[in-house]
Amino acid sequence: MDPASILQYCITGLTVGSTYGLAALGFTIIFNTTGVINFAQGEFVMLGGMVSVFALRGMGLPEPVAVALAVPVVTLAGALVERLVIRPASGRPAMDLIIITIGVSILLRGLVMLVWGKDTHALPPFSGETPIPFLGAALMPQSLWVLSITLALLAGLKYFFSATLHGKAMLACSHDAKAASLVGIGVRRMVLLSFMISAFVGAVGGVILAPLTMTSFDVGVLLGLKGFAACILGGLGNPFGAAAGGLILGVLESLGAGLISSAYKDAIAFVILLALLFVRPSGLFGAKDAKRV
Amino acid sequence: MGGFRVDALRLCALAAALALAPLVLSGGYHLTVLTMCCLHAMIAVGLNLLVGHAGQISLGHAGFYGLGAYTTAVLTSTLGLPVPLGMAAGVLAAAAVAFLVGVPSLKLTGHYLAMATLGFGIILSILFNETVAITGGPSGFTGIPRPAVAGTPLGDLAYYFIVAGSLCLVLLLSLNLLHSRLGRALRALHTSEKAAQAMGIDVARHKLFVFVLSAGFAGLAGVLYAHYLTFIAPASFGFSFSVELIVMVVLGGMTSLLGSVLGAFFLTVLPEFLRVFENVEVLLFGLILVLCMLYLPGGLAGGLAALTERLRRTARERTRSGEAADG
Repeated sequence: MDPASILQYCITGLTVGSTYGLAALGFTIIFNTTGVINFAQGEFVMLGGMVSVFALRGMGLPEPVAVALAVPVVTLAGALVERLVIRPASGRPAMDLIIITIGVSILLRGLVMLVWGKDTHALPPFSGETPIPFLGAALMPQSLWVLSITLALLAGLKYFFSATLHGKAMLACSHDAKAASLVGIGVRRMVLLSFMISAFVGAVGGVILAPLTMTSFDVGVLLGLKGFAACILGGLGNPFGAAAGGLILGVLESLGAGLISSAYKDAIAFVILLALLFVRPSGLFGAKDAKRV
Repeated sequence: MGGFRVDALRLCALAAALALAPLVLSGGYHLTVLTMCCLHAMIAVGLNLLVGHAGQISLGHAGFYGLGAYTTAVLTSTLGLPVPLGMAAGVLAAAAVAFLVGVPSLKLTGHYLAMATLGFGIILSILFNETVAITGGPSGFTGIPRPAVAGTPLGDLAYYFIVAGSLCLVLLLSLNLLHSRLGRALRALHTSEKAAQAMGIDVARHKLFVFVLSAGFAGLAGVLYAHYLTFIAPASFGFSFSVELIVMVVLGGMTSLLGSVLGAFFLTVLPEFLRVFENVEVLLFGLILVLCMLYLPGGLAGGLAALTERLRRTARERTRSGEAADG
């Protein structure tokens, strides 16, 4: 195997891994404020892609507008999910909440299928399809978009959580919701905000990936699951570990597909996940000891 | 939690209804749907023991169902072993794999366990799809023999009775188990693992036992399914079926075994009616799941119990006020 193709696999892996990372980021943001694993996180990614496709094809909007429209629409959907389903169920045991978010994911999938059908769609790349030669490998312009937007988003979130009042308030909720409400933080509002942010992050992931991989009503399942695998890999509860976990997972998967077999590409992520769960449930960057009996 | 006698009576009523159902139903199509109902109920009962009683979630039970089906398919068709042997091997395979996976995964709790079982189920369904030489891949495995008595393959009706009988046996076994010392240990474990441990219950062993048992039930349903349809394909054993099974348990009522049977029957029959609106089916599934979790935490069984209780109370009040008016 020559170095150029290894490099090619790494580039592909980093690009796809960015979306896993963004989905993983969404998981941790919600998990940190609520303790809920939102199994519908992948559906936010799917919605991002599908809404922008609809705005482009169905409404005839230019691509930048379609993309810019999809993100707030999905963010709003995130808010609706929190208000209609998560809030009425607050305080229920973890298993109930797992099942509820699974129900939400099926519901969203069914809704999209009903409205826009079962076809797969692709967005045109943001800036052409001419590959840029890079040390013998070919770099698609869209990959650059994906990587730079992901990095920008990470930087923005880092700033949000460490330097703004809302960000700090959300972190306070994650440490102890009761104490946070005692010092005057509106915990409910923070939970709503966390759902909106994670829907936003998921939607951005869906929008920037849609030109590279096809999108359809059911892509969210696998994206969500791999996002969660990335979370575990990076350490649940650590947002930037989760993003790094996504990148690592993407690269490993891409290398595995290239060097071993592309048929088992999707299995690779889950084998890594299982191995990690059994050996080190706290993940690569997780400091806290995960719950084990 | 009714006593064992109440549950046993209900089981007898169910068995009688299952035995008489073919008399009422017309045509092979209805019988097929009913057979599928019984198969799904079998898995749902096992899953109910695990989720509702021991408090451990599994999002990979379709994998065990498939494992049973593929094991017996390969053994009886490809290798030509006798059907009963293949069936036994299928159940054993599901249970054995559950044991191997269960030892490390059941140390995990909550989200982690959900994720581990889910990952495992997905790996299995990828294997069913990709090991084309063994499983036939996405296009499926054909030519699985029907069990035969004295050279004649069993008819659909006879096979239905075998499946319905197996469901009743599974239920009897599970009821017995729940009303034993083990059942009480499981309930303790569900409420608080730490407290259960303090009471001297071997938490890890109990969890593993229920996990293996419920996987065995799923495997049993799998082998019966394979020899019933004589054709299997990976699509039947994927992640969405695992979720559907959870929905059956939740809809029926997490703590009620017979509720799970109800949930399984309801959700197996429902799509047959919804076939007209093919695309709404998925949506409705999600809606049922969410609404049921939010507003009917006891499921169909709990809802029915609450309803009869309310009716009884209003009837009592009415007779009382009637007596007052008379006096």
